[in-house]
Amino acid sequence: MIEIKNLKKNFGEKKVLKGINLIVEKGDRIGLIGPSGCGKSTLLRCVNLLEKPTEGEIIFNNNDICKLSDLSNIRRKIGMVFQQFNLFEHLTVLDNITLAPIKLKIMDETTAKKEAIKLLKEIKLDSYANSYPKELSGGQKQRVAIVRTLIMNPDIILFDEPTSALDPEMIGEVTELISTLANNGMTMVIVSHELNFIKSFCNKVAFINDGKILEIGTSKEIFNNPKNEKLKSFLSKIKNK
Amino acid sequence: MNYIIENFYYSVIYDNRYKFILEGLRNTCLIAFLAVILGTIIGVVIAIIRNYHENTNKLPILNYLAKVYVTVIRGTPSILQLMIIYYIIFKSVDVNIVFVGVLAFGINSGAYVAEIIRAGINSINKGQIEAGYSLGLNYSKVMRYIVFPPAIKNILPALGNEFITLVKETAVGAYIGIVELTKASDIIASRTYDYFFPLIIIAIIYLSLTIFISKLLNIMERRLKND
Ligand SMILES: Nc1ncnc2c1ncn2[C@@H]1O[C@H](COP(=O)(O)OP(=O)(O)OP(=O)(O)O)[C@@H](O)[C@H]1O
Ligand SMILES: [Mg+2]
Repeated sequence: MIEIKNLKKNFGEKKVLKGINLIVEKGDRIGLIGPSGCGKSTLLRCVNLLEKPTEGEIIFNNNDICKLSDLSNIRRKIGMVFQQFNLFEHLTVLDNITLAPIKLKIMDETTAKKEAIKLLKEIKLDSYANSYPKELSGGQKQRVAIVRTLIMNPDIILFDEPTSALDPEMIGEVTELISTLANNGMTMVIVSHELNFIKSFCNKVAFINDGKILEIGTSKEIFNNPKNEKLKSFLSKIKNK
Repeated sequence: MNYIIENFYYSVIYDNRYKFILEGLRNTCLIAFLAVILGTIIGVVIAIIRNYHENTNKLPILNYLAKVYVTVIRGTPSILQLMIIYYIIFKSVDVNIVFVGVLAFGINSGAYVAEIIRAGINSINKGQIEAGYSLGLNYSKVMRYIVFPPAIKNILPALGNEFITLVKETAVGAYIGIVELTKASDIIASRTYDYFFPLIIIAIIYLSLTIFISKLLNIMERRLKND
């Protein structure tokens, strides 16, 4: 579905991604792990072109999306969920979800609202349709943010630490929703420090260090039988915390 | 007491002198009102050019001109700008002097409004903007639906201050002979040889105007907040 070839990203002089190769197949649940600052977020942000890659290719539906000038059509097929939720604070929950499909003329207003309510019902937040984001808890906000990408009917969703900003008791409701999506066949790439979640949930895991993927494999291979020394020490540090 | 009444009579009523005050009030309001509209239009355009350039690196020349404009206007006295427009640019043209005032104060205000709007745009956190892009919205849709609605609420107080400043700034127009409030009081005083009532009266008028505007803005702000 997505093939990332020799992806590099510099911020000025600073080299952050140093040649990433990664293939995402339909239905994959890929976990990205690695120490803070290694480039996980940057990699996700390059995939939906919030950052423009310095070099390399990202093949999506047979197109190198780095070369496209109109990003709109690509971005709506690649959903993104952020650590800080990033709901539109001035809009109600319902309007947050329907804004893009209406303004991009994918749905008319009635259809979009119906669809949004249906999705909100599935996450049991339909009673909050007319509330503003500031009235929601963190877990509720994140679930609305996920639904906001779902209504675009994306081919893949990128999650950048979706539970890091949450109080511990709210992590479950969000990971549960993510699991439901996965069971329905959604393709996803997840950056998370919740290694237990990654371990049980992802079919593939990539360990990134200093802008390169040092090891990639099934989640069993990565967590139970790591080969790379840096990965070993990364895992043991986390375990000992 | 008689002296005061007599003084008031000669300053205001005799020879219909109050008509100068009325004309001055009309011109002050007209210039401030039209200039704030012109200034807002210029300010929005300049702010969008600069923001668009910052986001996409396109329009480098326009962005450069916008920067020069803001720097020059904010770096020189408004009275000087007014004089340059009147005595140099419109030197040999027969032009309505109130129009010159509107133009000069509008151009002046535009630079300040542009900076206010830029600050307003920057007050919206980047995450919401990125969320908009990630849903497939383009620059203009992100601006229109995600940035401007909350930004306008944030900048309304500053824009209101700019309008109030503008009302007072129009007094500078007296210098090139626009009969606005300050010039009107000057005309009367030059006939009565007494500045007391002319100055006190226009002071009260300026104060009423600015208090009225700030009350109006407070109401607007409250409305927006409750939306
Ligand atoms: N816009 C930017 N400009 C300059 N440097 C940046 C920018 N964005 C990220 N970086 C740098 O790139 C490096 C990688 O950042 P990134 O956010 O991708 O790391 P990360 O793996 O997601 O870390 P974390 O686990 O802390 O979220 C960091 O050193 C960061 O300072
Ligand atoms: Mg990160």
